[in-house]
Amino acid sequence: MSTAVTQKRSFGAVLWDYLTTVDHKKIAHLYLFGGGLFFILGGLEALVIRIQLMQPQNDFVSAGLYNEMLTMHGTTMIFLAAMPLILGLMNAAVPLQIGARDVAFPFLNSLGFWLFMFGGLILNCSWFLGGAPDAGWTAYAPLSTTSPGHGVDFYVIGLQIAGAGTLIGGINFLVTIINMRAPGMTYMRMPLFTWSSFITSVLILFAFPALTIGLFLLMFDRMFGSAFFDVSLGGNEIIWEHLFWIFGHPEVYILILPLFGVFSDLFSTFAKKRLFGYTAMVFATMLIAFLGFMVWAHHMFTVGLGPVANSIFAIATMAIAVPTGIKIFNWLATMWGGQIKINSAMLWALGFIPTFTIGGMTGVMVASVVADYQYHDTYFVVAHFHYVIVGGTIFGIFAGLHYWWPKMFGRILNEKLGYLTFWTFFIGFHLTFFIQHFLGLMGMPRRYWVYLEGSGLDTGNLISSIGAFFMAFGVIVFFYNIVYTAVKGEKAVDDPWDGRTLEWATASPPEHYNFKQVPLVRGLDPLWVEKTEGKGTMTPAEPLGDIHMPNGSFLPFLMSLGLFIAGFGFIYHMDYNWAYILLFGGMAMLLGCMLTRSLKDDLGHHIPKEELEREAD
Amino acid sequence: MSDHSLNPEVMPNEPEKATLEGKNKFLGFWFFLGGETVLFACLFGTYIALRNSAAGGPTENELFGLELVFLMTILLLTSSLTSVYAVYHMKNNNFKKMQLWLGITALLGFGFLACELYEFTHYIHEYGFTFRSSAFGSAFYALVGFHGGHVTFGLTWLIALMIRNAKRGLNLYNAPKFYTFSLYWHFIDVVWVFIFTVVYLMGKVG
Amino acid sequence: MKGWMGKSRIFFLLSLLALLLAGCGKENLSALKPEGYGAETSMDLIILTAVIMLFVFAVVLLVYTIVLVRFRKKKGDKEFVPKQVEGNKTLETIWTIIPIVLLLIIAVPTVIATFDLADKSQAEEHLNVEVTGNQYWWHFNYEGKKIQTSQDLYIPVGEKVYLNMKSSDVIHSFWVPSISGKMDVNPTNVNTMFIKANEEGVYYGKCAELCGPSHSLMDFKVIAVSQEEFDQWVNDMQNVDPKAKPGSTVAQEGKTLFQENNCMGCHAIGSSPAQVAPNLTNFGDRTKIAGVLEPTKENLVKWIMDPESIKEGNKMTGKYPDVSKEEAGKIAEYLMQLQPSDITPEDAKENNK
Repeated sequence: MSTAVTQKRSFGAVLWDYLTTVDHKKIAHLYLFGGGLFFILGGLEALVIRIQLMQPQNDFVSAGLYNEMLTMHGTTMIFLAAMPLILGLMNAAVPLQIGARDVAFPFLNSLGFWLFMFGGLILNCSWFLGGAPDAGWTAYAPLSTTSPGHGVDFYVIGLQIAGAGTLIGGINFLVTIINMRAPGMTYMRMPLFTWSSFITSVLILFAFPALTIGLFLLMFDRMFGSAFFDVSLGGNEIIWEHLFWIFGHPEVYILILPLFGVFSDLFSTFAKKRLFGYTAMVFATMLIAFLGFMVWAHHMFTVGLGPVANSIFAIATMAIAVPTGIKIFNWLATMWGGQIKINSAMLWALGFIPTFTIGGMTGVMVASVVADYQYHDTYFVVAHFHYVIVGGTIFGIFAGLHYWWPKMFGRILNEKLGYLTFWTFFIGFHLTFFIQHFLGLMGMPRRYWVYLEGSGLDTGNLISSIGAFFMAFGVIVFFYNIVYTAVKGEKAVDDPWDGRTLEWATASPPEHYNFKQVPLVRGLDPLWVEKTEGKGTMTPAEPLGDIHMPNGSFLPFLMSLGLFIAGFGFIYHMDYNWAYILLFGGMAMLLGCMLTRSLKDDLGHHIPKEELEREAD
Repeated sequence: MSDHSLNPEVMPNEPEKATLEGKNKFLGFWFFLGGETVLFACLFGTYIALRNSAAGGPTENELFGLELVFLMTILLLTSSLTSVYAVYHMKNNNFKKMQLWLGITALLGFGFLACELYEFTHYIHEYGFTFRSSAFGSAFYALVGFHGGHVTFGLTWLIALMIRNAKRGLNLYNAPKFYTFSLYWHFIDVVWVFIFTVVYLMGKVG
Repeated sequence: MKGWMGKSRIFFLLSLLALLLAGCGKENLSALKPEGYGAETSMDLIILTAVIMLFVFAVVLLVYTIVLVRFRKKKGDKEFVPKQVEGNKTLETIWTIIPIVLLLIIAVPTVIATFDLADKSQAEEHLNVEVTGNQYWWHFNYEGKKIQTSQDLYIPVGEKVYLNMKSSDVIHSFWVPSISGKMDVNPTNVNTMFIKANEEGVYYGKCAELCGPSHSLMDFKVIAVSQEEFDQWVNDMQNVDPKAKPGSTVAQEGKTLFQENNCMGCHAIGSSPAQVAPNLTNFGDRTKIAGVLEPTKENLVKWIMDPESIKEGNKMTGKYPDVSKEEAGKIAEYLMQLQPSDITPEDAKENNK
């Protein structure tokens, strides 16, 4: 019904709806749209990199532009593609999985999205305003503090704004999962995706502030003449490395853990078995998250921290392999004895296991300090983290999208195109990155604009570049699939996969209040419990009554826009006086909106019982 | 939730947690403070790493005078106590007394801020010690200034709250707001205790 | 299912085949062909970890294949509800304990090697070289010997040489893959590492930390020669007379131009503490010009006329008046004949076979 209404509405009305929405399902759409957009950009940057490295001493792009490409590829993929796509999936599924009508802070949820979006926009504006950041996504000082032009300024401001959005999102999900669970949904009955989203949110909460401070220090050094990283005034550039990796390593787990949750849900759904070792899976996830904070210096083995620090961090790093191994074996055991149904969603999950295992293996290898003296900052490491982040995160996002697409949009993604996407991407991926392990060991450092002729690196790089085009093809097919599905796709039933968790107990797509009556949860995999007991539907936990829902608001958009404007003010205030107008104007806009929000009561609205009854007919 | 349910005849014992929104706000704010803790921890770490990097400029021992800092500590600690009184009166549904104690809290906060501004101008004019003079200077102003910024923000927040609710009194909608403010204010206070120890005492003694 | 396992295996094999074609990379550049103490230590650990990890991978893959072959719903299979298993304490304990044991097997030699390579107790008995990383070149100061070179680091074979490394600008990383793993070169502190080459040879060195546009062109060489040859080289280098008249008149004119154009403002010839720009004392013996060009006169002229076109962002561009091609040729002639020592990279190469 809702789709029919949507189609009749004018474009302007739909746009306004999305600009002001606080509905987690629409915010999920926005996150997926924004993340998808930046994923394409990051992918194009990757292609430029691979074309440049296709042959020795190539001059497809200049050295300076190449550094901009590699910086923006990394930054975009991590902060502007992977993070929002994950947050998109979390928004789409978590409230439904716990039987909630919305998130705890719908307004902040929207604010988080718009901050991310405007942060991403400001970062990408740099391409048109004198050059993108060029100091690598790690932006090591003093290269980043001395980088000429405004590129790194855009990096600092863009990430600061986007990072604030992510932090808000993290707090929102923490409170949502703690306070908004349906009756009977105890912690140890939560689906693994909800669990991993919860733990990820804890990581976001404690990791992102380190980045915030790092970026502030970098910003102060670049824009306000401070001396944190200026050696001549007593500064110390290693502080940046520490702050960055205190954030950066948990960030890796922020990127991977939610997808572990997706895979857990998928394996159990498509094998028709409950997750093997549920408790162990939950605690393994917690352990990974906890250890994730103890290992940041393994990115700094060559910095010269000394053998004691290096050894401690090496052992802590190796320890992470244990809970990760538990997870891999538990997944296999989940499928063991089941009846495995393979479709495009499951295909990604199955492709993930060998791929991610390779990434994990090389992870243990790079944890061995002295071996890492060879791997560090070479293509071996490039291969390693792509096996983890693409093989884990991106595969997981694809899996999650195929899995929840019917729930989100009411249509099932085309299976044939799904298979095509998977196979081209999967093969392309291994072609691109497997060989890079060896390239690294054969003497190719990462972030190299050219490699010299006769270095023995030609064949490997050529293979790698060819693989990249396979991956690009796969992604194009996926986007074609989206369009195809929107136009001609098969309509989805409420529960297309014979699901086990609560999201499959409501309509596809759900009404904006998710559940007319909040369901009563009677065990792990609540819907499955009802199915095995022959009922097949959830028992309501409350009588039909008025539903309280939050009001939409345009303020999050305006607040983020204010910061966006102020961001330009910060970047240009050293050069032009007019930039102060932007700076103060933007900040005034932000604070004005905050005051409005704070002082104007917003009590939400009620959907009366009568209306709900009418809809039922 | 109708207006009526937010203004019950008898205020519950913990008005800040009586509604789901209130509970969410309460919990969310605690998490926010958790993030803030990391924020300050990073600044403390940076400061400790750079406190001896004066690059020939004035050092901690030359700059800091404990008298003023002691006064500031007393002002802020007392303001924390007065905000406790305010919350106490909130729980007793005594709006006027709550406003009064919040007012005193604000005054003490302004006193603290004035001292801090005086301290900074003193360093700048007497010693030429600025944000740009050395890595130590940068780290000092970043840490202490960041805290000062938090105080300023807190005061703005407090005054906005007090004015907005001056006429309508306490209800279940604004009780969580007052309560989260008091949490924030205690947090700032705790951070100051650490600044006092790490920056001033260790700078003078260590 | 066979289909897709088969497909991925084909690609696996294809990439392995390509590897075989390329061998293990180029001699004296590849970490897979270790010829020094550090690189061998690393290689041992690489092999150890790789073998253990491949074992783990084999186990995972085995279970994975069985799962997919046995439990996949094939066409025509009847739908059934599998037994809902909660878990299995014994199994879960097994796959917790075994990885811990495997990791301990890796951890112990890792820690031993880490302390071994960080050992500086013998530094004073050996040759110490102060290494300075600059955008985009390397400077070497032989401590206590009054010898400075740039780009080419001569060392005696079979001897530990301690490198005390610091950067003059941004972070660099010193890496000679076939001799030793890398260590960062930071602006704030001095990092010390040692290298020891087992065989004579010219080893390729790379900067491994992004340091600006020409990061990929910041190459250098480590030239390991026999102890006698090294001693002779030291002797020759210490007795360089920077004022010596070049043999040919063209070179003589080049020298005058070199001085007139203020090249000496940055470049030193002969022993000098100056390190604004590469020390050119033995420029004629360099393996490469600017780290990347073949050492021919044409290339040098090209470099002098327009260094920016070769190394983007280098610090030489714009620091001196424009020179004509003819003048550049004369300067090149002068620089190419700066060959104070009979010991050249050739000596290392000949013995290498």
